[in-house]
Amino acid sequence: MDIITTENLTKKFDDFTAVDNISFSVKKGEIFGFLGPNGAGKTTTIKMLTTLLYPTKGSAKVASFDIIKERDKVRKNIGVVFQDPALDTELTGQENLDFHARMYGLSKDERKERIKEVLKLVDLEDKKDAFVKHYSGGMKRRLEIARGLMHYPTILFLDEPTLGLDSQTRQAIWAYIRKMNKEENTTIFLTTHYMDEADHLCDRVGIIDHGKILVIDTTNNLKNSVGDDLITLSSTDDENLLKRLNKESWIKNTKKEETSLILSVEKGEEKIPTVIEIAQSLNIKIKSISVRKPTLDDVFLSFTGRTFRDQETPESPLKQRVRMRNMRRR
Amino acid sequence: MLRTELQAIYVTWLREMKRFIRSKSRVISMIIQPIFFLFILGSGLRSAILPGMSMTGDYMDFLAPGIVAMAILFSSMFTGISVLWDKQFGFLQEVLVAPISRLSFVIGRTIGGATTALIQGFIILLMALGLGVKVNGVLGLLLTIIFMVLIAFTAVGFGLVLASKMEDFNGFQIIMNLVVMPLFFLSSAFFPIANNPNFPDALVKVSFANPLFYMIDGLRGSLTGINYALHPLIDLAIVLFLCIIMLAIGSYLFSKSEV
Repeated sequence: MDIITTENLTKKFDDFTAVDNISFSVKKGEIFGFLGPNGAGKTTTIKMLTTLLYPTKGSAKVASFDIIKERDKVRKNIGVVFQDPALDTELTGQENLDFHARMYGLSKDERKERIKEVLKLVDLEDKKDAFVKHYSGGMKRRLEIARGLMHYPTILFLDEPTLGLDSQTRQAIWAYIRKMNKEENTTIFLTTHYMDEADHLCDRVGIIDHGKILVIDTTNNLKNSVGDDLITLSSTDDENLLKRLNKESWIKNTKKEETSLILSVEKGEEKIPTVIEIAQSLNIKIKSISVRKPTLDDVFLSFTGRTFRDQETPESPLKQRVRMRNMRRR
Repeated sequence: MLRTELQAIYVTWLREMKRFIRSKSRVISMIIQPIFFLFILGSGLRSAILPGMSMTGDYMDFLAPGIVAMAILFSSMFTGISVLWDKQFGFLQEVLVAPISRLSFVIGRTIGGATTALIQGFIILLMALGLGVKVNGVLGLLLTIIFMVLIAFTAVGFGLVLASKMEDFNGFQIIMNLVVMPLFFLSSAFFPIANNPNFPDALVKVSFANPLFYMIDGLRGSLTGINYALHPLIDLAIVLFLCIIMLAIGSYLFSKSEV
């Protein structure tokens, strides 16, 4: 069953199209991820689905309610964890949860019970009476996740849940997300620009770039679409080696990077000796060679023609302007 | 449905109270400043007679109502504007995705801001009474309290208007210096204006267009029964009208502002 469906959802800011005609659906109970670089339109999509922004065009249903006509019903059914912390730092953790619970109309007994439950879920029971301003970044995130779950939402939206956290904390947050997906049966819609996050966490991933969805599939299928194994090697003469290797039929695909060659093959481990033999026959020395399974990085590369890292270089002036504008809109 | 909205108003108010009690530096500075005016300026000029002042009271009787109003005005305006904090720190998003109307949040914030301002106002009022400021009977005191409440709500409304029009706190200082301070000086809080022979005629006319003038004139008239330009009930009608208009504009603009 589909719990989120969108149809030609579009958002324009003046003449800039942040989200461009996207149509997709999310199944009940799954962890669905939007993967894309900064400024791809992920947050704008979440803001539309959570009724904070009106779409310019198109429509969407969340938990079977229309995001334009039935905003309050949508809001009752969703929990949201925003990209920037949205906690009152002058209140304690428990008070933040209590505020939320009252806003969603939970009764006194329900509140008491539920606050205990969600605090336990994110292991913050012993910090509940501390002021949020004394929390670490990871604790704040956990508290926000707990808060998002307070009112038993059917869907939880997480916008970049581990942005700016260290790797240990990220692992912990992933564990909590998986836990609530299982134990609370909550559908999770998350956005991320971390490949490993999408890879570890998501059942299905939509790759989004420049406001358009390039592909949606399970992580496994996406990786399989790239190839089985990838051999990365560097040698004393990459150019001639590549020419020779291109004649081999068992190599599905080759790619030359600055200091290395990437070969897409089946059963990579078994092909290494063959590659070395070929190199030796040409009198080329192999400096290094390795086999790896493809990652979502490779998927992104094959769909967009650029690596993810290219995006991380300083923002282009246009993007900066758009981001500033979005910030102002907030 | 209504229960949830009332609950939301209550919890927004409760949050405001908790934040108020916990921000000790804010509370102290907001109470200390009017105390300085009252004790130092008031005591220093106590026996001074300003042109246009009534002969029955001293300068303390003249100044005290103005300082009570000042404490309420600045504190309320500040809480109104502090919605900007919620905007900047993202907390507002949490409120806006909740299944309650924005109006409930605005009402809760307004009542909360007015409550904190009135607490400060009453502290100053008690001190003024302790200093022997004239009181015009129980009815006068009752009318004073009504004025204090109206002033608080009007100023919160004004703060909300500013908050929905401002992007950040950069403009706050400018508004304080270029709008609020002149209005305050032209409100007759420190010296008589309406029947002051030395005051330029043009400025007297400007003062009559100043909303703060009616608040302070009314508060003074009802508390001390002297030194007022208009009958306190006329002031009351004007201030009540201003209060409703300001709250309406404030909550309208706020509910329309984009996050």
